[in-house]
Amino acid sequence: MTAMCDVAFLLLSFFVMTATAKQPEPKPVDTPASTVIDKLPEDGVGTITVGDKEVFFTIPRNIRRSTLERISTEKGIQFTEGEYKAFENTEGFGVPLNQVKGLLALSPAKRNAPGFQKGIPYDTINDQLTDWVKQAREANKAMYDAQLQEGKITAEEFGKKGDLAIAIKGDAKEDFMTVKRVIDILQEQKKNKFFLITGLRNKDF
Amino acid sequence: MAELNTGGGGGDGKKVRSKKSNPGVDLTAMVDLAFLLITFFMLTTTLSKPQSMPLVMPDKDVKDQPRTDTKIPEERMMTILIGKDNKILWYFGILKTPIIPPTVAAFGKDGIRKEIIKNTIYAKQHTTKADEGLIVNIKASDAASYKNLVDILDEMAINKVQLYAIGDITPEETTLLKDKGLY
Repeated sequence: MTAMCDVAFLLLSFFVMTATAKQPEPKPVDTPASTVIDKLPEDGVGTITVGDKEVFFTIPRNIRRSTLERISTEKGIQFTEGEYKAFENTEGFGVPLNQVKGLLALSPAKRNAPGFQKGIPYDTINDQLTDWVKQAREANKAMYDAQLQEGKITAEEFGKKGDLAIAIKGDAKEDFMTVKRVIDILQEQKKNKFFLITGLRNKDF
Repeated sequence: MAELNTGGGGGDGKKVRSKKSNPGVDLTAMVDLAFLLITFFMLTTTLSKPQSMPLVMPDKDVKDQPRTDTKIPEERMMTILIGKDNKILWYFGILKTPIIPPTVAAFGKDGIRKEIIKNTIYAKQHTTKADEGLIVNIKASDAASYKNLVDILDEMAINKVQLYAIGDITPEETTLLKDKGLY
């Protein structure tokens, strides 16, 4: 019994220390598998989730606030301090711009209820995904620009991190056309290099 | 470790003896709790970071820069068209005068991979430079799924194709897919 107890607590402490809680996502998707074993960079990656023809955007935490500030000035929507705080704690979101305020007023559990968020509009007439990606990239660039001016990072590091990395997390069953449209949106703003998030495939594929 | 310190002393010889016998504490509840917590943390943690496939698309905007057309040798050029129901149509060379005419193939190691390996050997024979190999143009139709795209990009990585790009499908190629019943 004593030994079992010891092992149990050893494991427990291990898991407590390594734990990074799974963030609730508004749109859980089943990514396709691949044999590529490159890992996604840990931070500083904006993720575009695509599933059921709906698009969601996850902005890295450190630029979430500044991105919303930029959106606020560009689109003329005022946000309160509380709303900024709520936005900083929102992992991913997918609502049209005019519903962002309403979304932030809700509790996180309600926000991430399946089917509640209907995705960011990304069609050619009302292309809000472009705005979000553009502002996030600019916010990221501005942040590292400031750090470069202060001499906190070198020019080499700036070259690596200055442009926000974008990952596309698509559902395996998603139509290619939807993903293609997202790729086109990125390419329109000269973002030609990005990641596709995939799952692990067994060896004998 | 898990013993109760049965204190108390004095008395006669019999009581000293019972002190030695050391009754154990019931740990069951504690272990239960510990395992419950382990299970909880195991299920909520994401130990492995997601995998990612880097994808570089060719620059689209050519208005502001002079066009530099690079000729692609047709004996190294393979075009892969992705149709519906996880089917591939591929041809080698130019569509009008193909070296190998359009052929239907499936995904996986017995399907498209064999063809890519064959074509890589063919392409290698038709070049003098050691670092030059097969060039693959991937064109997915409207009927393709995202999984098909990832699968074919994965094939490129498995077969170490020297150069590949995702292109837009042309109307002729769509007609071709329709003729084969893949659209």
